Amino acid sequence: MKCSDFLTELTNYLDGVLDEPTKAELENHLSWCHNCYVVCDTTKKTIEIYRDSQLYELPEDLRSRLRSAIMTKCQQHKKRGPQSV
Amino acid sequence: MGAIQNKLEGPVTDELALVQAAKRGDDSAFEELVRRYDRNVFRIAQHITQNREDAEDVVQEAFLKAYGNLAKFQEQSKFYTWLVRIAVNEALMKLRRKKPERTVSLDEDIKTEDDSLPREIADWSPNPEQQYNQAELREILSKTIQGLPPGFRTVFVLRDVEGLSTEETAAALELSVPAVKSRLLRARLQLRERLGRFFQKRENGDHKSDLGDGDR
Repeated sequence: MKCSDFLTELTNYLDGVLDEPTKAELENHLSWCHNCYVVCDTTKKTIEIYRDSQLYELPEDLRSRLRSAIMTKCQQHKKRGPQSV
Repeated sequence: MGAIQNKLEGPVTDELALVQAAKRGDDSAFEELVRRYDRNVFRIAQHITQNREDAEDVVQEAFLKAYGNLAKFQEQSKFYTWLVRIAVNEALMKLRRKKPERTVSLDEDIKTEDDSLPREIADWSPNPEQQYNQAELREILSKTIQGLPPGFRTVFVLRDVEGLSTEETAAALELSVPAVKSRLLRARLQLRERLGRFFQKRENGDHKSDLGDGDR
C-alpha cells in the first residue's frame, strides 16, 4: 500500500467502515510509515477537538427567546392559513 | 402502511410520534421538536454563516418553514434530517445574499486531486488543546473552520460535529455518498493541516517523544 492509497482510505478507516482485509493492510502501513501515522493520528485529534469544542453553543436565555419567537410566529401562521410561509 | 406493531423504540419513534402529533395541530409537540433540535440547528447555521445574528435568523426561519410544511413531510426520512436540509438551505441563502460576488454552492470545489494532500506532516503535542485557554481555543477553531469553503465545512459539521451518518449527510445536503466522502476527507485534512500551525510540538516542549515510529 502506498501513502496515497492510505489517504484515500483514511476517512473510511477513521469511520470504522473498512472490511477486515483492507483495515489490516492499512494498519500494516501505519506500523512502519511514520508520516501516515502522524497524519492519521492528528486527523483523528482534529475531529475530536471539534466534536468536544462546544463551539457555538446556544445560551439558555437566547434559546428561550428564540423558541418563544418561533412559537408565536407558528401560531400567527396557523391563524393566517397555510399560504403564509 | 400504518405502523402496526411498531417495535422501534427510543428517540426515533418518539420523534415520529411528536411529528405526527404536530401534524394533527398539537403545537406543544412541535415546541418539543424545537427544544430537541434548536441547539443543533443553531450550531450548523453558525458554522455555515459564520455570523451569530444570521444563525439566529436561520433557526427561526428553518423551524417556521418546517412548521408550515409539516404536512408535506413524508416520514420516510428522519424529521431531523429533513430539518437539517431546510436549515442548510436557509443558511446558504443568507451566505449568498452576503457574498453575491461569489457563488455559494455545495457543488463547488474539486480542484486538483492533490489540493488536500498533506504538505505539513509535523506531529502535534500530546494534548494540544491544553496549550490554550477555552476562549483562545474557540477562536482558533472558529477561525480555522472559517477558512474552508462552505461546502466542505458544512459536510464536516454535519458528519463530525453533529454526528450524522454519511447517508444522512448525503440526504440532508442532496449530495451523493461519494461526494460526501470526498468532501469530508478534504475538510478533515485541510483542518488538520491548518490546526497544525497552532498545535505542533514545540522544540523545547516537555512532551513524550515515543509516538510509534518503530524502527524508522
